[in-house]
Formats: sequence, structure tokens, C-alpha cells
Amino acid sequence: MITLADYLILGGILFAIAVAGIFLNRKNVILLLMCIELMLLAVNMNFVAFSHFLQDMAGQVFVFFILTVAAAEAAIGLAILVVLFRNRRTIDVEDMDLLKG
Amino acid sequence: MTFDTVNLIPVLPEILILILASAVLLVDLYVKEAEKGTLHTLALIGVALALAATLLVGGGERQVVLEGHYVRDALSDALKAMILIVGLLVFVYSRDYLRDRGLATGEYYALALFALLGMMVMVSANSFLAIYLGLELLALCLYALVAFDRDSQRGAEAAMKYFVLGALGSGMLLYGISMIYGATGSLALDEVAAVVAEQGLENLVLVFGLAFLVVGIGFKFGAVPFHMWVPDIYEGAPTPVVLLLGSAPKIAALALAVRLLIDGLGGLQSDWQGMLVILSVLSMGLGNLLAIAQTNIKRMLAYSTISHVGFIFLGLLAGTADGFAAAMFYAIVYAMMAAGAFGILLILSRRGFDAEHLDDLKGLNDRDTWYAAVMALMMFSMAGVPPFVGFMAKLFVLKAVVDIGMTWLAIVAVFFSIIGAFYYLRIVWLIYFDKPTTDAPLTDSGGVRVAMSLNGLAVLGLGLFPATLLAICQAAFL
Amino acid sequence: MENLYLTIVLAPLVGSIVAGFFGARIGRAGAHWVCILGVGLSAALSLSVVAGFLWGDLEPFNEAVYTWAVSDGVRFEIGFLVDRLTASMMAVVTFVSLMVHIYTIGYMADDDHNWPHESLAGRHSYQRFFSYISLFTFSMLMLVMSNNFLQLFFGWEAVGLVSYLLIGFWSTRESAIFANMKAFIVNRVGDFGFILGIAAIAAYFGSLDYAEVFAAAPGLADVEVALFGGVSLLTLIGVLLFIGAMGKSAQMPLHVWLPDSMEGPTPISALIHAATMVTAGIFMVARMSPLYELSETALSFILIVGATTAFLMGLIGLVQNDIKRVVAYSTLSQLGYMVAALGASAYAAGIFHLMTHAFFKALLFLAAGSVIIALHHNQDIRTMGGIRRYMPITWLTALIGSLALIGFPGFSGFFSKDAIIEAVGASHVFGATYAWVLLTVGVFVTALYSFRMYFLVFHGQPRMDEHARAHLHESPWVVTVPLILLAIPSIFIGWYAVEPMLFGDWLAGAIHVAHEHDTLAHMAEHYHGQWAFILHGMTMPPFFLAMGGLAVAAWVYWWLQRRNPDIDAELQRRAGPLAAILENKYGFDDFNQRVFAGGSRGIGQVLWQTGDRRLIDDGLVNGSARTVGQLAARVRHIQTGFLYHYAIAMIVGLIVLLTVFVTL
Repeated sequence: MITLADYLILGGILFAIAVAGIFLNRKNVILLLMCIELMLLAVNMNFVAFSHFLQDMAGQVFVFFILTVAAAEAAIGLAILVVLFRNRRTIDVEDMDLLKG
Repeated sequence: MTFDTVNLIPVLPEILILILASAVLLVDLYVKEAEKGTLHTLALIGVALALAATLLVGGGERQVVLEGHYVRDALSDALKAMILIVGLLVFVYSRDYLRDRGLATGEYYALALFALLGMMVMVSANSFLAIYLGLELLALCLYALVAFDRDSQRGAEAAMKYFVLGALGSGMLLYGISMIYGATGSLALDEVAAVVAEQGLENLVLVFGLAFLVVGIGFKFGAVPFHMWVPDIYEGAPTPVVLLLGSAPKIAALALAVRLLIDGLGGLQSDWQGMLVILSVLSMGLGNLLAIAQTNIKRMLAYSTISHVGFIFLGLLAGTADGFAAAMFYAIVYAMMAAGAFGILLILSRRGFDAEHLDDLKGLNDRDTWYAAVMALMMFSMAGVPPFVGFMAKLFVLKAVVDIGMTWLAIVAVFFSIIGAFYYLRIVWLIYFDKPTTDAPLTDSGGVRVAMSLNGLAVLGLGLFPATLLAICQAAFL
Repeated sequence: MENLYLTIVLAPLVGSIVAGFFGARIGRAGAHWVCILGVGLSAALSLSVVAGFLWGDLEPFNEAVYTWAVSDGVRFEIGFLVDRLTASMMAVVTFVSLMVHIYTIGYMADDDHNWPHESLAGRHSYQRFFSYISLFTFSMLMLVMSNNFLQLFFGWEAVGLVSYLLIGFWSTRESAIFANMKAFIVNRVGDFGFILGIAAIAAYFGSLDYAEVFAAAPGLADVEVALFGGVSLLTLIGVLLFIGAMGKSAQMPLHVWLPDSMEGPTPISALIHAATMVTAGIFMVARMSPLYELSETALSFILIVGATTAFLMGLIGLVQNDIKRVVAYSTLSQLGYMVAALGASAYAAGIFHLMTHAFFKALLFLAAGSVIIALHHNQDIRTMGGIRRYMPITWLTALIGSLALIGFPGFSGFFSKDAIIEAVGASHVFGATYAWVLLTVGVFVTALYSFRMYFLVFHGQPRMDEHARAHLHESPWVVTVPLILLAIPSIFIGWYAVEPMLFGDWLAGAIHVAHEHDTLAHMAEHYHGQWAFILHGMTMPPFFLAMGGLAVAAWVYWWLQRRNPDIDAELQRRAGPLAAILENKYGFDDFNQRVFAGGSRGIGQVLWQTGDRRLIDDGLVNGSARTVGQLAARVRHIQTGFLYHYAIAMIVGLIVLLTVFVTL
């Protein structure tokens, strides 16, 4: 039997992987977008697990909203990526250091 | 779910803004390039109508509508009205800048209006779901706006940084929400509050979730150490967008904090108080310190924002009705001062030139005495010099902190604001005691002078007679 | 009622703002019209308030208009207390102010001549002057109409500010700048006492509201403060507040600024430094009568200071040659009389003299100003003489003013001054006899210096140069009309006001006198109408002394001077050391200059060199600024610009929050 704790640990691990990906990755910005998606999925995992064990539908509804927002977020993220590439001809995270101090 | 019209009346201002934003998108398809000014007029009229609607449906008993997800109370009335007023100022100040650079497109107005809508949803949210949707609506619009000047390298970089960090911030907030949902079994703030009152500090999952929530709130405000995006975005984004994102969203962020921490997790006050103390001291210290080292005025104002956030947190962490009112007063006042300061930068900018450096303010007094006086007034007010309203705002939050016995914190705050006075007064010095480097005319057509005068006089007038605004703020936390 | 009182206060302020900020745009006529309309409205309404008290059924008004802040239960409010005392002051202030406003049109018409050609401050100086005097009227009304100590202090400082601005109005003259600095600094000394007094009230009474403080005062009558080995609280408060009054109402030794204030234009000498502002101290003490009645020590202090000032300052008036300075010393002396009346608990007599004095002294100043205009800003009475023939209206009104001043029977000054001297004579507080002697002898001195000036200016042979004499003519109507309008109350106000003010119930609710101090009630028993009062007065020493002074002045400066035009200088030569003492004004100025100014400059030099420049500037201020600057320059590098560092900062923040607050 898979317990609630197992799901939460899985969610936590996914979240940690996502976060680690954000600050370990020094190269491609697209990887960052994927990490962000992963992070939201980790949250979704939590919500679905809680929803199931609490017998409460609200959590699953929340998941649908998160998925929708994530789609919009990805669209905007990619749009910004295009603008960045058009201007800089590079999408390396390391090269984004015009603004500092 | 029944669609009862009575249910929709309290949401009228939001509905108006939504209709307006859609209308702007539609009208944009049909107006010629030369007639884009129509959009500006349309936006102004629409926001003014929404403001009137806010005042009309406002007042009276607290109303909860839309299946408990939405609330209209004294807090939401006051904050929505202020957000819309600041929104009006933003549109008036930005027009010339956008027109001169060919940015005054339908997309700009639509995105700005959706951002306003997002803030209003945050202010009136009564469940985690509504809060999240409002927050994302605001954030997504702002990401796009920061990258709005498509040929700007710095704009694109700023947008990318903002986007990634913003997603990280809201991811953490969501993770916290999921924990609290799991611990309490509900998404509605009232029910969460009831469960929290029962379990309190016993339930570690709650405290665990709370830490994530505070990170999310800290990110929205731009509090240290979740502030890193602020200076880069302020510097990289086009000034009208900075004006929009540096003013009204502070009010929305305050609403976010009030709804989450007070309405939802009031039972965990002893915990979040400690967290806010840490964020507050760090923000005041680092914000004021780093602002001194800046030569780019937008960046300087970014660090100044961070230090002001520290002060707003002082009021929140006091945990008393007076403290919340003081924080609300501070946030409103800060939004007005920021709008004025960035508005002056827009006036100083012109086709092909952006006023961004401290040197661009040199000798402003010789170029236009009145704007120089208004800018000096904003700086004095931000520095907290009496009799301007910034002083009153600082006084009220400090009093709230002293009242709960945390005198040391008030002393720390005063110490840092003395450091802060330096860079504000340096600007006054540049305005009045240096010679101008250029005599290019200022751009201020279309009622900018009137709006800026009202903005400046409000900062002075509220400082002399703060009782009315303070009473409104106190009424929100009765 | 609230709106009526707000209008009275705000009308001059509106005039001032319009004339001050838009003076260049609305021009000279616009500026004087808007100010005169504002003050005129205020004056008309003030008179209607007095009429309401006199003949109507107007009730005293005491309410807060705006609550500015509340802290620890102490309310900081803007509020009005309008009773008969306030109404009298309002009428006097606004009426004299209106007269001065009209007069100013004539006096300042050629103000351009008073400025160097290239002076920026000289542009629109006419409008600025009107703005200032209207602002003064507003401030003075705020002061007298206040119902609490905070607003009293606001008005007190605001009139001080305007006085400072106006003394130094001709800011290109060094003497004017010196004089306004002096006025400012000396008033700071007084205000220091004043604010300490208010602080003591706030500390012990927990309220700044007059009514609440007065109600609580008897209960605190026995409280002692551990200061100088124990003084009664109310004595301390009384003396501290009175120190403020000594600054503002120029009592010795804080009188030194008033003679120098004559550097300002003459209209403001009349309005501020004779009729209204300098009487603020008198008004304040009268208003605080419920406090002062509880401290005989404070009353005695007031009595002695007042009487000393009255006598010694009158003497200096004898040797002055500047027409305005003679009148200024006379003002000092008359203020001394009013203060002495307060000390004798005859508050009503003090206020009565304040009122009559406001009219006749404003009249004298404006008449002096009229002469000054005619002589193109020559103020030396040794070069005047015989002006009577050229300026009949000025001459006649000045004569009326002088007669009122010396207390000629029937004129307004007679009633008020006689009442003061009688009241002091009837008083039993410590020093009353001393005071009575000085005040009585002072009457002779008053008559002597007044008519010395009168005869030297208006009679005898003209001593000005040919050119000036050829251009002598009466002043324009804007100058003479105010003179005539002020001359009327200078004659009659005493006759009509003596009964209600001194012996009636006009001030009954506003002024509180303890039974054992009530000297006026004692006099009321012997009062049988104005005629009887005059006849009684004519049998008393002050009358003979006044007539004696007048006679001596006439003999020396009219009769003897015909044969010997240098009689004045000769007399002063013969008086030798006595005249020298008076010429040096008893050495107050030298003493202040050497001891206080010199001493504090010396101390300042030392502190500046070692403390300020080395320790604070180089060490604390610049040192810490440098440290902070260096620190900031270094710390800014934590903002590296790299996205992953930003993310790490957020995660570290999260981990810190989790470890500190989630203790498993």
C-alpha cells in the first residue's frame, strides 16, 4: 500500500530536483523552463495526493488551474526566450550578465 | 453554481476592467497607426469608470461571493481604489514615452489592464485558488511587459531573469499552499483559519508550509534575500513598465500578505513574526546600503524599494490592528511616491533618450522649477523628512513596533533610514545645486503636469493631515 | 459658528497666499486689493462677533475644529475659544491691521527707492509686503483664538516668524539684517522658557486644552517640583510661561530687540511692534489667569519686571533722537504698565490698556510714518520742527495720540492708565509699593518724552534743509484716513469701555481673579460713572505729574527753544553721566554683545575646532560616510548578475527559514 508520506516524499524529491536544476544549470535557458515545469508537477503531485487522501475534490480542481497557468507560463517563457535570442544570439545563462551590481 | 446577478455586483469593478481590456484588444485591430491615442483615452475612461464602480459598490458589510472564493470588504475597497488611482497615474505619465518609441500599442494597454485586473483579484481573494490566479495573472503580464521593448538587450535579459525567478517564487508559494491544504483540508481562507486556530503550532506541516508562503510573499515584495530580481528588472525594463511594476503591485503584495498571513494563518503569528523580522532587518540594511553605491537612478530606486519593503514588514510583524493599518498606510503612500518619482523620470526622457542616470537630474530646477520641487518633495518624503507623508508612514510603523515592545527593531530601522537619507538628499542636491547638462525640453503633454501636481500635493497634504487616510486604513482592520 | 470663525482666520491667509505666490501675476493693485478684502472681511466679521456679545445673545464658543493627532491620550487639536476676551482682541487686531493695510498703500508706494537697482529681492517687494502683513494677521488670529497650548505655540512662533521677516524686510541693509537676527535670537530665549512651560503643563496635566488645564489647576496648587530646592509647580509654570511673554512683549532684560526692530518699515512697527504682536504676552498671561491666580510668587515677579521696565525704558525715551525710537521706547514703557497690571491681578485693566494703547500707539506710529514719508525717510527729530503748518491732519492726530498716551483726562489712555496705577496701589503682593512708586513717577517721564518729541517735530522753527521744506506737504488720503479712523477710538474708546471692561461683567467668564487679589472689585465700590472717575483722577498724583511733564516739555522745547535751538543737546551735555547711561541704554546691548555673543562665540570656536571639525566632521560624519560608502561599493558585488546566484540566494533564504522555525 502506498501511503500519503510516500507521495509527499516523491513530490519533495521532484521539487528538489527542479530547484537544483535551476541553480546548477549554467548553460541552456530551455533547461530552466523544463525545471520550472517539473517544479509545478511536483506541486501537482502533492495536491493530487492530498486530495485523494482527504477525499476532497478541491485539490484536484486546483491542479487543473495550475496546469492551465503552466501552459500560459510556458508560452510567455518561450516568447521571452525568442526575444532574448533575437537580441543576443545566445541563450546561455552564463551570458546573461549585463545587469548587475 | 448559480449565476445570480446579486452575486456579481461586488465584482463589478473587475468585470469592467476585464471588458475594457478585451475592448482594447478589439479596438486595436481597427484603429490606424496614427490613431493609437484612442486606446489611451479608452484606457483612462475605463479605469476611471472602474474606480467609480469600486466606490459605488464599496462600503458596508463584508460580502463573500463566488462560492466563497471572493470577498469584498473595507480592505479590498480601499486597496482597489488606490490601485486604480495609481493605474490612472501610470497611464497618464507613460503616454508620451510610449508614443515616442512606437510602443503605444494595443498589447501594452491590454497587458497593463490585465495586470491591474490581477492585482484586484489578489486584493479580493478569499481562497488560495483565487490568490494564485490573481498572482499569476499579474506576474505573467509583467513578464511580458518587461520584455516589451523587443529591441532592447537589457530588456530581454531582465525579462528572462524575472520570469525564471518569478516562476521559482510562485512555485515555492504553491508548494507551501499544497502543504497547508494537506494540513487543513481546505482552500478557503476562513476554513483554513479555523483549523489553524485549533491545531496552531502543534502541526509542523503547517509551519513547514508557512515558510514556503513567506518566501513567496517575500519574493512578491522583493524582500532580502528574495530581492535579487528587483534591481536588474528596474534597470532593464522600459521606464513606464518600471513605473507600473514598482508602484501598484506593492499594494497588491500587501493584500497578498494580509490575506495569507492574517486572514489565513493568523494562528501562526508567533512563527511568521520571527520570519518577517529577519526579512525586514535584512531588507532595510541591504537596500539602504546598496542604494548608496548606485549611479543609475532606476537601480537606486530599486534598492530604495527594498528598504521600504523592510519598513512595510515592520508594520505587518507587529501583529496588531494598528500595525496592519500602518503597513497598509505605508504601502499606499509608497505606491504614490514611487509613481511620482518614476513619473519625473518619464518627463525627463524624450525621443531617443532615457533619463536613467543621476546626472540626468542635474539642474532640474533651472529647467522646470515645479517638477524640481515635486521631485525634491518625493525624495524628502521617501527619506522620511517631516512634514511629508513618508515621515508619517515611518512614524506609524515604528510606533506599532515600539508598542509591542520591540524597541531594538525600531532603533535598527531608524539607523538604516539615516543611511538612506543620504542618497535621497543627494538627488535634491543634484536638482538644486548643479548646473543642467542639457536644455532639451521636457515632455509633459496631456495632463501630465496636472497629474504630477496632484501627486505632489497629495504627498505634502497627506503629511500635514494624515488623519483621514489613516482612519481608512484602521477601518480595514477593525 | 465654526464656519464664521474659520472664515475670520482663513480670509487673511487666502489673501496672503494669493499675494505671495501670484503677486507677480496680479500686480500691485491686485495684491493690495486681495489682502485688504481678506482682512476687511475678517475685521467686519470680528466686529459682528463683538456686537453679538454686546447686544446679541452670542455664547462663548469652545470647540475643536480638527484633530491633528492623538498620542497617549494627549490630543493635538486645532480649535477655537471665542469668548469676550478673544472677541476684544480679534476686533483690535483686525481693525488695526486693516488700517495698516490701507496706510501701507501710501507708505510703500515708492518702495523701489529702498532697494539697490539690481536687487532680486526688490522685485515685487510691494506684493511681498502685503503678503507678509496678511500672514501676520492670520497668525495673530490663530494665537488669540486658540483653545489649546499647541495652537497658541503655533501662533506665537508664526507671529515671531513674520516679525523676523518684516524687520529684515529691506534685506539689502546690514542694519536690518542685524536687527532681525537680534529679534530672532532674543525671542528664542523667551520661547525656550515658553515651551518649557508648555512641556511642564503637558507633563503634569496630561492635556493641552485650556479648559481641562484650568479645571485641573486648583487640584495641583500644592504640588512641588524638586528644582532649586523645591518650587511650587504652578509658580514654575507661571514664571516659565511669563519668560516667553518677556521675550514677545519685550520686558527687561529681554527688551533689547524691540528698539532695533524699528529698522523694519513703519507700518509694521505700528502693527506688530506696537499694537498687536508685542501684546501677545499680555494677552497670554490674562488668558492664563486661572493659573497665575494660584501663584503669588509668579504674580509678584511679573509686577516687579513690569514696573521696572515701565520706568527705566521711559527714561531712555528722553534722550532718543530718532522719531521711531522715541515711540518704540514709549511702547516698551507702556508694555511695562500692562505687565504691572497683570502682576497686580488687574488683568482687565491690563487688557483695557492693551486695547487703548493699540489704537493710540498705532496712531502715533502711523503719524510718525506720515512725517517720515513727507521728509523722504529722514527720521531725526533734530532736523524737523514746524511741521504743523504743512501737515495739519498729521499734526492734529499726533496731538490726539500724544494726549491719549500721557493720560490727559477724558482721553482713552487716561482711564486705562489710572486704573492700572490705582490697582497696583491697592495690591498687596510683594513689591507692590515699589511698583506703584515707579509707575506713578513714570507718568511724568511719559509726558515729558511724548511732548518733547511733539514740540520738536511739530512746533518751533523748521530745521530741515531748503529742498526738503519745499517739498513738504500733507500725505495722501490712504495715509490720512487711517490716521483719522484711529484717532476716533484713541479719544473715545476709554470713555465707553471703562465701565464694562473694568467694573462690569464683560470679561467675567474669561478672566478668573481670586477674591483676595481682586483689586478692581475694590475700586468698583468707588466707581460712580465716567465723570466721577475723571474728577477723582484729577485729584490724584498721576494727573499732576502728567501735567507737570507736559508743562516742563512745553517750557523747554517750545518756549526756551525759540531762543536757543540747541537746547536739547545742551541739556544732555549738562546731564553728563546720567545722559550717558541713558544713551547707552543701561549697557544691556554692550553686555549682551560682550558676554553672551562674545562668550558663546568663544565657546563655539573651541567646540567647532576640536569637537565639530575633528571629532564629528572628520571622524563621525565623513569617517562613517566613507566607511559606509566603501562597504556599499564592496557589497554590491553580491549582485553578480548571474541568474543561478539569485536562485541560490532564494534557496538559502528558504533553508534558513526552515531550519530556524521548523524544529523537528
